[in-house]
Amino acid sequence: MKTSVGVGIVGYGAYIPIYRIKDTEIARVWGRTRVPIEEKAVAGPDEDTVTMSVEATKYALRRAMIDPKEIGAVYIGTESPSYAVKPSATIIAEAVGISDEILAVDMEFACRAGTTAMQNIIGLIASGMIRYGLAIGADVAQGRPGDELEFTAASGAAAFILGKAEESLAIFEGSSSYATDTPDFWRREGEYYPRHSYRFTGAPAYFKHIIDASKALMSELELRPSDFNYVVFHQPNFKFPLRVCKMLGFNIEQAKPGLIVNSIGNTYAGSSLIGLAATLDVARPGERILVVSFGSGAGSDAFSIVTTDLIEERKARAPLVSELMSKRKYIDYAFYAKFRRKIRMR
Amino acid sequence: MGVESVPRYWRERRYRYRLIGSECKKCGRRYYPPRKVCLNCGSRELTEVKLAETGRVLSYTTIRVPPRGFHEYVPYVIALIELDDGTKLLSQLTDVNPEEIKTGIRVVATFRKVREQSEDGIIQYGIKFKPI
Amino acid sequence: MRRVFVVGTGLTRIGEHWDKSLRDLITEAILMAIDDASISTKDIEAIYVGNMSSGYLQGQEHLGSLVATWLGVPGVAACKVEAACGSGGAAFHQAYLAVASGLYDCVVASGVEKMTDAITSDVTSALIMADDQEYVAYMGATFVGLNALVYRYYMEKYNVRQEKIAAFSVHCHKYAKLNPYAQFRREVTLEEVLNSPMVADPIHLLEAAPIGDGAAAVILCSENFINRLKLKREVEVIASTLATDSISLYDREDLTTLKATRVAVEKAYKIAKVSPRDVDVLEVHDAFSILGVIHLEDLGFARKGEGWKLIEDGEVEVDGKIPTNLFGGLKARGHPIGATGIYQVVEITRQLQGRAGKCQVSDPELGLAQSVGGVGGTVVINLLKRVR
Repeated sequence: MKTSVGVGIVGYGAYIPIYRIKDTEIARVWGRTRVPIEEKAVAGPDEDTVTMSVEATKYALRRAMIDPKEIGAVYIGTESPSYAVKPSATIIAEAVGISDEILAVDMEFACRAGTTAMQNIIGLIASGMIRYGLAIGADVAQGRPGDELEFTAASGAAAFILGKAEESLAIFEGSSSYATDTPDFWRREGEYYPRHSYRFTGAPAYFKHIIDASKALMSELELRPSDFNYVVFHQPNFKFPLRVCKMLGFNIEQAKPGLIVNSIGNTYAGSSLIGLAATLDVARPGERILVVSFGSGAGSDAFSIVTTDLIEERKARAPLVSELMSKRKYIDYAFYAKFRRKIRMR
Repeated sequence: MGVESVPRYWRERRYRYRLIGSECKKCGRRYYPPRKVCLNCGSRELTEVKLAETGRVLSYTTIRVPPRGFHEYVPYVIALIELDDGTKLLSQLTDVNPEEIKTGIRVVATFRKVREQSEDGIIQYGIKFKPI
Repeated sequence: MRRVFVVGTGLTRIGEHWDKSLRDLITEAILMAIDDASISTKDIEAIYVGNMSSGYLQGQEHLGSLVATWLGVPGVAACKVEAACGSGGAAFHQAYLAVASGLYDCVVASGVEKMTDAITSDVTSALIMADDQEYVAYMGATFVGLNALVYRYYMEKYNVRQEKIAAFSVHCHKYAKLNPYAQFRREVTLEEVLNSPMVADPIHLLEAAPIGDGAAAVILCSENFINRLKLKREVEVIASTLATDSISLYDREDLTTLKATRVAVEKAYKIAKVSPRDVDVLEVHDAFSILGVIHLEDLGFARKGEGWKLIEDGEVEVDGKIPTNLFGGLKARGHPIGATGIYQVVEITRQLQGRAGKCQVSDPELGLAQSVGGVGGTVVINLLKRVR
C-alpha cells in the first residue's frame, strides 16, 4: 500500500519500566531447566498501559518538537488497556496536553495493534484529515503463572508521532497488511490470563503472516532483503525473529539493533515498535528499515521506512532505547507476583 | 478521603496529570495546587502555569501503615519536593528503594497510577517523582 | 471581656472502651465535671463539643444537639467544634469566648473521640483529613508520614540524634504511670522505643500517640455565677488564643517551627502580661516525640534546635524548670483526638488546684495548655492561673 501524499515519522519515543525479573528466577519457582530469554521488563505497581504510554509519548513529543495541541488523532494499540471499557487514548491525550478536538480510540489486535494504529494514522494524514497523529503500541502483558508465556510476557510502550514527509526523520515508502482468522492465542471475556495453542503459533501463525506480509510489501516496492539496512520483526522470543530473518533472506546483522527481546522480553503491542525505536536510535540518514509486526488472531503489518537528514538531531532529544534498557532493578518472583497482581487480595 | 467520587476526581485531572499550578502576577510566587488568592501578597491575579518537572527532595519517609485504598502499594515513599522553579509540593517517590534516597537527591516528574477507587471503581492517576 | 473561671473538671479513663459509645463517654465526662463543680445540669447554658471524626467514624454529626439531649438539657446552646486534633482546644476557646463575651454565665467545654470503633486503616484515613485531601491525602500521605517528614528535616537541620528526641516518649510514660486515667500506665525504656516497629521512618510506634477512646469536660463560668452559687474561686483563664497556619507543609517557611504556636503564644503572653519564665506547669501536644521537642522551642522554653536539652537535663520533670506533660502527655496519657485539648486543661486545672497527686508540681501559679490541629494548621493556647 502506498500513499499519494508522503507520510513519515516526526517523533518517536519508547518507555521500558525499570524492574526486571530473570527467567532463571521464574524457572526456579516452576521447576524449569531451560529458559527462552535472559530477563524481562516488569511494570511497577503504579504503572499500567496508560502510564507507560504517557511517558513514551512525552519522549516522542520531545523529538517531534510540536505543540501537542496540533495532534489530531490518538490511537493506542494494546490488549491490556487500563479499563475493559473506557478508552485509554483519552487519558493519554489529557495527560500530555493534546486538545479535545481529536479522533481518539483504543484498538485491539494482540501484538500487532501498535502497528495497526500506525497504519490508521498514516491514512488519516495522507488523506489530509489531520496534520499530526499519535500511534502507540503498549502492553503490560500477563502470562499464566508457570506457563511458557510467563517467561517472556513483558511490559513496555512505544509512541510514534506521524506527519508530513517534509517534516519527518523517517518516511514511509509503503506498507502492507495481512490478516486471517487464525486462533493461535486468545483471551475470553472475564478470563485473567490468555490461552495459546503452543506449537500451532509457529508455522501457521507467526511465520506465515510475517512472511506473507513481508513478501507482499517487497514485491509491491520491488525491493529485496539486501536493499534494507535493518529489519525489525515482532519478538515473542529470541529464536523466532532470527529464524524468520533467515527464511526471508535477511542476515542477523540487519536484525541486531532491533532485537531486544532477550533483555526486555515480549512487550506485545510494543514489541516491534520498540524494536523500531531501537533501530532508529542507531540509524543514519538515508537508511532503509523493514518493520514487520505479528499479532495473534492473526495478522501482520509491514512497513518500509527510509530515514532522512533530520534523524541525527532528533534522536538525541530523548532517551535511547539502550539507555532505557540499561536502567534496571532486579526483583524476585515474590515482588513480581505482587507488582503484577498475581496474588489474591480478596 | 470521604466518599469515593468521580466528579471530585475529574475536576482536578488537568492539574494532577500535567503539574499545572498557579503563578501570582504581582509577586511571581508559584503554587501547587493552583489557588485563587496569593498566600504571599494577597493578590487575586493568579494565572495557570506549567511548573518545572525537575527538582530536589527536601524530606521523605516510607509509609508502612496505609490509609484506605493504598493497601496494595505499601510500603511506599512520600516526599516534600522543591521544584527547580521554587514551587514546593508533596508527592510520592517511585522506582526507588528507601535506602537509595537521601535528602537533596534530584528527581523528575513521572505520570503514574495513584490508586483505584475500589476494585471496580475508576483508576486515579497523578504525578510522582523518580530519581534522575 | 469578663473574667472567666474554671469551676469543675471531669474525664474518663482513656483506652479501648469496647462497651462504651461516643455518647456514653461524653455524658460520663460532663456529668463528672458538673458534680465536681457542685452545680446541676440545669445551670448549664451552653455546651461546646470538640470532636474531629464522628462523621467519618460513627456517621454521626450534630453532636451539639446529641449531647444536649443525652444530658437531659435540650434547649441550651450547643454545637460541635472542629479543628482536627486541636478540636478540644478550639472548643475550650469557644467556651471561653462565650463566657467572656457576657452572653453566657456557665458553659461546658468538652471533647470526645471514639476511635476504636474503626479499624486502623479507617483511623489512618480519618487522621489525614487534617490535611488537604485533594493534593496531599490524594498521594497516600498519612498523618504519621507528615510528621516523619518534619522529624527527618529537624534532625538533619540541627544535627540532632534520634535518641535525644525519642527520650520525650520515655518521659511521658514515666509520668503516665502515676495517672489513673492514662491509657498506658507503664514505663518504657529508650531502647524499647527505638526498637519498636517503624510506622513511617523515622517514627517508631512508641514515638506516636496511641489510638484510644475518651472524653473530658470542664465547666467555665463568670464571676457573677461563682458569687451567685457561692462556688470556690480557684482557677482563672487569663488568656485563650487561637491561630492558624497554612494547612499543608509545602506552604510553610520553616518545617521545624509551627508558626501558629508562635503567633498564638505570643499573643497569649501579651494578653496575660507574662513571659515563658512565669509558666510553672505545661501541657504540650506531643502527637509524636518530635512535636514535643518542637513545641518546647516554639513556646519559648528553649532555643530552636535545643528543645531536646530540656528533657536530657531533667528540666521537664516535676521538679524541673518547666514541668511538662506530667500526666503522660498524648503519648502515654493518650490522645482521643477531639478530647485531648480538654484533657490538657483538666490536667493544668488539677495541678493549680493541688489535686495532681503523685505528679504535683510544688505550688504552681501559672499553667499553659497547648492544643494543636494537624501539623500546626491550628494552635490553641490556654493560660490558666491560680486565684487566691
